[in-house]
This record gives sequence, structure tokens and C-alpha cells, in this order.
Amino acid sequence: MARNEIKYLTAIKDDKRVKKFCRFKKYGIRYIDYKDVEFLKKFLNEQGKLLPRRLTGNSLKYQRKVSQAVKKARQMALLPYVTDLLK
Amino acid sequence: MGIYSQNFLLTSLRILAALPYLCRPVIKRDLNNILKQNRVMNNYELMVIFTPVLSDEEFKSEQKKIAGLVTANGGTVIAENPWGLKSLAFPIQKKTTGLYWVLEYTAQSDFNEKLKIQLLRDESVLRHLCTKLDKYAVEYNAKKRSGVTAPGTEKTVEA
Repeated sequence: MARNEIKYLTAIKDDKRVKKFCRFKKYGIRYIDYKDVEFLKKFLNEQGKLLPRRLTGNSLKYQRKVSQAVKKARQMALLPYVTDLLK
Repeated sequence: MGIYSQNFLLTSLRILAALPYLCRPVIKRDLNNILKQNRVMNNYELMVIFTPVLSDEEFKSEQKKIAGLVTANGGTVIAENPWGLKSLAFPIQKKTTGLYWVLEYTAQSDFNEKLKIQLLRDESVLRHLCTKLDKYAVEYNAKKRSGVTAPGTEKTVEA
């Protein structure tokens, strides 16, 4: 083993985490269409459940709008209420 | 003369002072009338799922009926978009497909109650959804309409 290699007891966190952002705020999307199923699927997991804000990074205002849009889409049978392997 | 003019002045002043109170009910009534005459029109969007059993002509006549209802009640139809046959994400009334139809319109706020009664009474309607559109939604829809891609062409959802 090379001499100049320094070892640490705990691994140093080198990679800085990329900060999450609200895509609606960043790209200026003001209205979330419940008819646009492919777009809404970005905010759902495989069971068709809404992903938390923790993961998507949405601001509260737009998370609320996403959830409203998803619920409308579910009512109109555009999205399933429960499923497996949505994606 | 002097006394008379003084009296006249006083009474006229009294009337002037009382004017706002006298006129208030009149103003209120007028305002209400004006509001009633040109009540605020709202933008709405209606999505209806018809039974897949309908023939093309029946489907069209149903569309015409609902659009006619809008115009008959003082509303205007902005856009219609029949998506056509599309598979449902889950069965409704034991049917796995449905005929989708989207209507964008303006109407007075009390119209939707009447519309709802008609839609619920209609046997060929599986489900309907009426949404009020805010200004961003209207903008978005207008942009989408002028764009190349029609929203009806998107892929159907896996059941």
C-alpha cells in the first residue's frame, strides 16, 4: 500500500448533495392539468400513491395542487386508485 | 322674503343631509339589478365519460345536448374535445372502457347545479367532473389548443 494514502476512521463525505427544488417554481408552471396523466405519474410511486414532498421537492403550494390534480384524475379513471407496477 | 328664504335654505339643507340615507335603498336595489343583469361569468371545464355502448351518432348527439344546455343558459362554449374510446384505469359500472369528452365553457355560477342534475339523470353518462378554471388554467388550455399535440392522443392508462 502506498505511503501517502491517508486513512480515516470515518469516511469523509465528499459529495455535496444537490439541493432539491420545486420544479413548478423553477420552470414557472402555474397550472397542473389533471388530464395530463404522464406528467402526474412523475409524482406517484409504483402503487399509484402520491410521493411525499420529501422526495419530490415540491413546495407546499404545488404539492397541494398536484394532489388535487391526481385525485381528479383518479375520479375520472385516468389514474388508478390502487395498482401494482404502474411504471 | 328674508324669513322665507332662510326657511327654504334650511329645509333644502336638511334634505341634502338626508340624501344619502334616502338614496341608500335605491342604490342598493340598482346595484343588485346591475349585478343580476351582467353576473360574473366563470370559466369551467367539464369532463364526461359516456358508456362505450353509444354509437358515433349517439355520442355526437349527447355532446350536442350538453353543449346546447350550456348555451341555452347564457353560457358560451369555448372548446370541445372528444377524446373518444379510452380504457379506464378501473372498471366503472362493470365497463372497462369509456367515451371521454371534454368541454370548456363559460357560465354563470348557478348553472352547474342544473347541469349536474341533467348529467346524473342521463343514463349514458358513467361519470362527470366539472372544474372551475382559474386564469392560469385558461391560459394553459388556450396554449394547449393552439399547440400541435392534441391531449387526446396520449397513451391509455394500464388497468
